[in-house]
Amino acid sequence: MSATDRDHRATGRSTDQATRWAVLSPPTLFLLAFFLAPALIMVLASFQYPGEFGGLAPLTDQGDGKEYGLTLENLAFFFSDWLFAEIFARSFSVAAASTLICLILAYPVAWLIAQSPKRHRDLLVLLVILPFASNFLIRVYAWMIILGPQAALARTINGLLATLGLEPVSLLFSPIAVLVGMVYVHLPFMILPLYTNLEKHDPVLLDAAQDLGANAWQRFWRVTWPLSLPGVFSGAALVFIPVLGMFAIPDLLGGTRDMLIGNLIKDQFLGVRDWPFGAALSIMLTLAVLSLAGLAAWLSKPRRRAT
Amino acid sequence: MRRLPTWLMLAAAASYAFLYLPLIIVVVYSFNDSRLNAEWVGFTLDWYRALLADEEMLIAARNSLLIALVSSCVATLLGTLAGLGMHRWRPAWLPLLVITPVAMPEILLGVSLLVFFIQLMHLTLGFLSVVLAHITFSIGFVAIVVRARLAGMDESIFEAALDLGATPWQSFRLVTFPLILPAVVAGFLMAFTLSLDDFVITFFTAGVGVSTLPLQIYSMIKIAVTPEVNAVSTLLMLLTLLLVILASRLDKGFMKGSA
Repeated sequence: MSATDRDHRATGRSTDQATRWAVLSPPTLFLLAFFLAPALIMVLASFQYPGEFGGLAPLTDQGDGKEYGLTLENLAFFFSDWLFAEIFARSFSVAAASTLICLILAYPVAWLIAQSPKRHRDLLVLLVILPFASNFLIRVYAWMIILGPQAALARTINGLLATLGLEPVSLLFSPIAVLVGMVYVHLPFMILPLYTNLEKHDPVLLDAAQDLGANAWQRFWRVTWPLSLPGVFSGAALVFIPVLGMFAIPDLLGGTRDMLIGNLIKDQFLGVRDWPFGAALSIMLTLAVLSLAGLAAWLSKPRRRAT
Repeated sequence: MRRLPTWLMLAAAASYAFLYLPLIIVVVYSFNDSRLNAEWVGFTLDWYRALLADEEMLIAARNSLLIALVSSCVATLLGTLAGLGMHRWRPAWLPLLVITPVAMPEILLGVSLLVFFIQLMHLTLGFLSVVLAHITFSIGFVAIVVRARLAGMDESIFEAALDLGATPWQSFRLVTFPLILPAVVAGFLMAFTLSLDDFVITFFTAGVGVSTLPLQIYSMIKIAVTPEVNAVSTLLMLLTLLLVILASRLDKGFMKGSA
């Protein structure tokens, strides 16, 4: 190798280093500042005392006889009242129910798209994405209209109940309304990963199962369903995780007793202004989400079953 | 092709109806001559007129567009760099940093930015805090689109440019950039739409300083259901529809290009 060649390579390497630095540092620095730093501050805040007028108490003694430094009180407060555990449990059950209903509604759609002729598939997928592109609040608002007390649905149901001599019910501001809203807003998140998975299935497998005498149900349950599990798990994660942190849907469609983790967190920051407790709740939600995401990633990894 | 059972077709049709019917109701009632969103009375454009006379709503709309424009421009720049960097050097930590803000429940990013802006930056919540927050969650979307485009490209054309005597910068400017441009524009449209639509993160980072369309809609429907909301919703839907169709057009070009 000649000297100039080596020089050329050396400068090439250092320009490459410079380019790398120039390309990677702006997005990295931005996200370190506005994603990682806030996340770390939340961890710290969850061990701090609340400030006198909201916010956080100082970490060091200000000599004014007020609370300062770090504490485990926020965690202790969480475990001191069953109410909080109840809200967490309710959030998990709403998330589980929403995920299950989404799965039931999404499977036929995903299957239909996957089985359609190739030229129709893009359009059918676009039709799933379009309503999802409209504003999230508009989609919730639509259900406030449909479930409202003056709307046809409520009047029909209550008319029916009246003829049976029963008390009228409120559809809006109920756990059912919350569930409907959750399912409606998150349904496309389940359809799309399911479709991506089902599309890849080899139709030969179903033919083989049929030749071996499997009926339609057996073909689904023994062939299609197990193969679609990775899609099911990624869809489930995409529904379960956002539902877990949702506050606007219970706020708008739920009653006072339909509070979920998201509402509890929101209240700590904007209502009662107990930031440290809000931070502690956020950290707990983060841990729950991370373990769920880890579980989903592990479950959706395609692996060979030992036979 | 195997024929689908009728009940499956019906179930799928029901799911599609479930997706569209509520939105159709919102649009139809925006032309309804009645305060109550309960039954059809007659056709009117009054709610659109009321909308155009609603000062607060117009200010919110202007804020939304301005915030979306500024944040999506910055996010496109940073996201494109992140996409290029992830493709070229594959640093393990960057995808984690770029994608986690997108994958977490939005409320977590919202409250952590609230604490960060007030406690550490001593920033008064308003236009700037909302723009910074929107950039944070948009970078990931742009980066993913750009990286996908790069992954579908033939590396050899880049090397051919170098062999023909182009400097790395020239080969980027003349070869790589024109090829990734549709993805960059699609990413920009996506970031713009996301910013325009965002409620949760804006809710925590806007304070009393600035109002956006989603915040305005939220405070209206929190109090009462009024057809004026239907009208603004219909217009907003029309706008996002145009943006999505535009982005998917570009995406089709992108699919052809990578094939």
